[in-house]
Amino acid sequence: MSGKSSWIPYLQVTPLVLVLLLFFVVPIALVVIVSFFRYQMLTGLTPAFTFASYLDFLSNPTTWWLYFSTLKFTLIVLVLTFVIGFWIAYFLVFHVRSLIIAMGLFLVCTVPFWTSDIIRMIAWRPVLGREGLINDALVSSGVVSHPLSWLLYSNFSVILAYVYLDTLFMIVPIFNSMARIDRALLEVAVDAGASRWAAIRDIVLPLSKTGIALGALFVVTLVMGDFFVINVMSGGLAGSAMTGMANDLQVLNYPRAAANAVILLVIVLLIASGIFRLVDVRRELVR
Amino acid sequence: MALASGRRPWTFYALSAFFALFVLFLYGPMISLLILSFQGPSGALDFPLRHPSFIWFRAIVHPTGNGDIIGAFSRSLPLALIVMMLTMLISVTAGFAFRRRFHGSALLFYLTIASLIAPGLVLSIGILVMFRFLGLPATWYGSALGAHLSWTLPFGLLIMFSVLGRLDPSYEEAAHDLGAGRWRTVRDVVLPIVLPGIIAVALFGFTLSYDEFPRTWLTAGTKNTLPLEIWTMLTNVTSPVLYALGTVTTGFSFFLIAVALGSIVLIRRRRSARR
Repeated sequence: MSGKSSWIPYLQVTPLVLVLLLFFVVPIALVVIVSFFRYQMLTGLTPAFTFASYLDFLSNPTTWWLYFSTLKFTLIVLVLTFVIGFWIAYFLVFHVRSLIIAMGLFLVCTVPFWTSDIIRMIAWRPVLGREGLINDALVSSGVVSHPLSWLLYSNFSVILAYVYLDTLFMIVPIFNSMARIDRALLEVAVDAGASRWAAIRDIVLPLSKTGIALGALFVVTLVMGDFFVINVMSGGLAGSAMTGMANDLQVLNYPRAAANAVILLVIVLLIASGIFRLVDVRRELVR
Repeated sequence: MALASGRRPWTFYALSAFFALFVLFLYGPMISLLILSFQGPSGALDFPLRHPSFIWFRAIVHPTGNGDIIGAFSRSLPLALIVMMLTMLISVTAGFAFRRRFHGSALLFYLTIASLIAPGLVLSIGILVMFRFLGLPATWYGSALGAHLSWTLPFGLLIMFSVLGRLDPSYEEAAHDLGAGRWRTVRDVVLPIVLPGIIAVALFGFTLSYDEFPRTWLTAGTKNTLPLEIWTMLTNVTSPVLYALGTVTTGFSFFLIAVALGSIVLIRRRRSARR
């Protein structure tokens, strides 16, 4: 490109930069600032520079319990979505021979992504409830004598809903990475005597690491930043790191909610930078 | 390995079964919701379906203590359309910028990713506080619009990266060498290649905004959008009207997906026919 037109990229990114400044950078900066404000019942907020909200927040045992529970859910969902996402993508890329059929099946997997999350959660009610389809089938076939109560509004249903809603975020990036792998590589490996499993472990897995990293990034941030899936699917019995924040907002304790937000944001960004350190996602995306 | 020819290995059958189970897992609940939205007047939330009827669909249109669904829709639809247009314009132009080197491109990339992964509720607190400081009321067409853009633009940009990654700069150079002007190159070479991607960006922009909950919760102000209205109904309404509403919105989403995919297929077909 000629030097004369070198100002064009700056012009092209100006709208993006403006939106991100106004609706991302400034709001996040304000959250950080407010987290140091002083909060008093009745009087509300007073500008200050105090760590009171952080101390208040961290000295509360509920905080630690909620964060621990959120990390536990994140880890379980990460493992499940990775295992499911990897094998679904692997099946579509390496086992379906017709490209058109593979694309069709890929679309079948992605269509639910474009529909409402809330509706998709409501849809589990008639399946998992006490008089739902699964309990009906179990009771009438005599497997259990009483309907199982842990199917809905439990840790089980929370994990199920996370996997249900978020596995797509694993499938799509892993599928994209795998689709770029040269099949000849695998044929050579098999011809040279590698077992099917060794070929997957030593070729497919390393070459799809960008997709896995992106998928993990999505799943971690979706589960850690969630408060409404856990609220609906646990029937209000379980909470996430965000639940405390939502409660604080309702009593207008903005500083403590902000302190919680800052801590969560730091954890999420640390995990993200860890993922980016392992895999150079940017080099793969911007080419 | 499934090689180009030969007998299928046993893993093919195992993974086929796994895939079928996964599809059942994805669509099974939605199908049961679809069926139960035709529940009769008995109003049971579970199977079996008794005296199938349309009464719960009629209940959506004639609200009797079910909340303001029509009003919520009349806000969610224009909001999603505005977000879609802005997402298209902003991420397409920005996507082209990333094909060249410019100062701060790495910073802007990571800023966009950070905007994608920042928890929605955290961001809405910040936006709400910003509007308070400015003395502005939170509205669906102001604060919620901005909150949605902070979520749809990163998606739009990521799609543009993958689309533009396939656009070889040598095509444009060839067009230039053959005497095409800059505008003509864009119209006849660049646009036909990236148009399907732009439609995908539009589909993402619309649906992500139309279904967004966490980023709207605090920023929408006093008037609810559709996801907020459904969220309120979850706690108040215990009749199959929820299922009927789910069927209608899912049908609407499927219609949009069909339009978007249909136009992508049409563009592809027209392009290959011209060759």
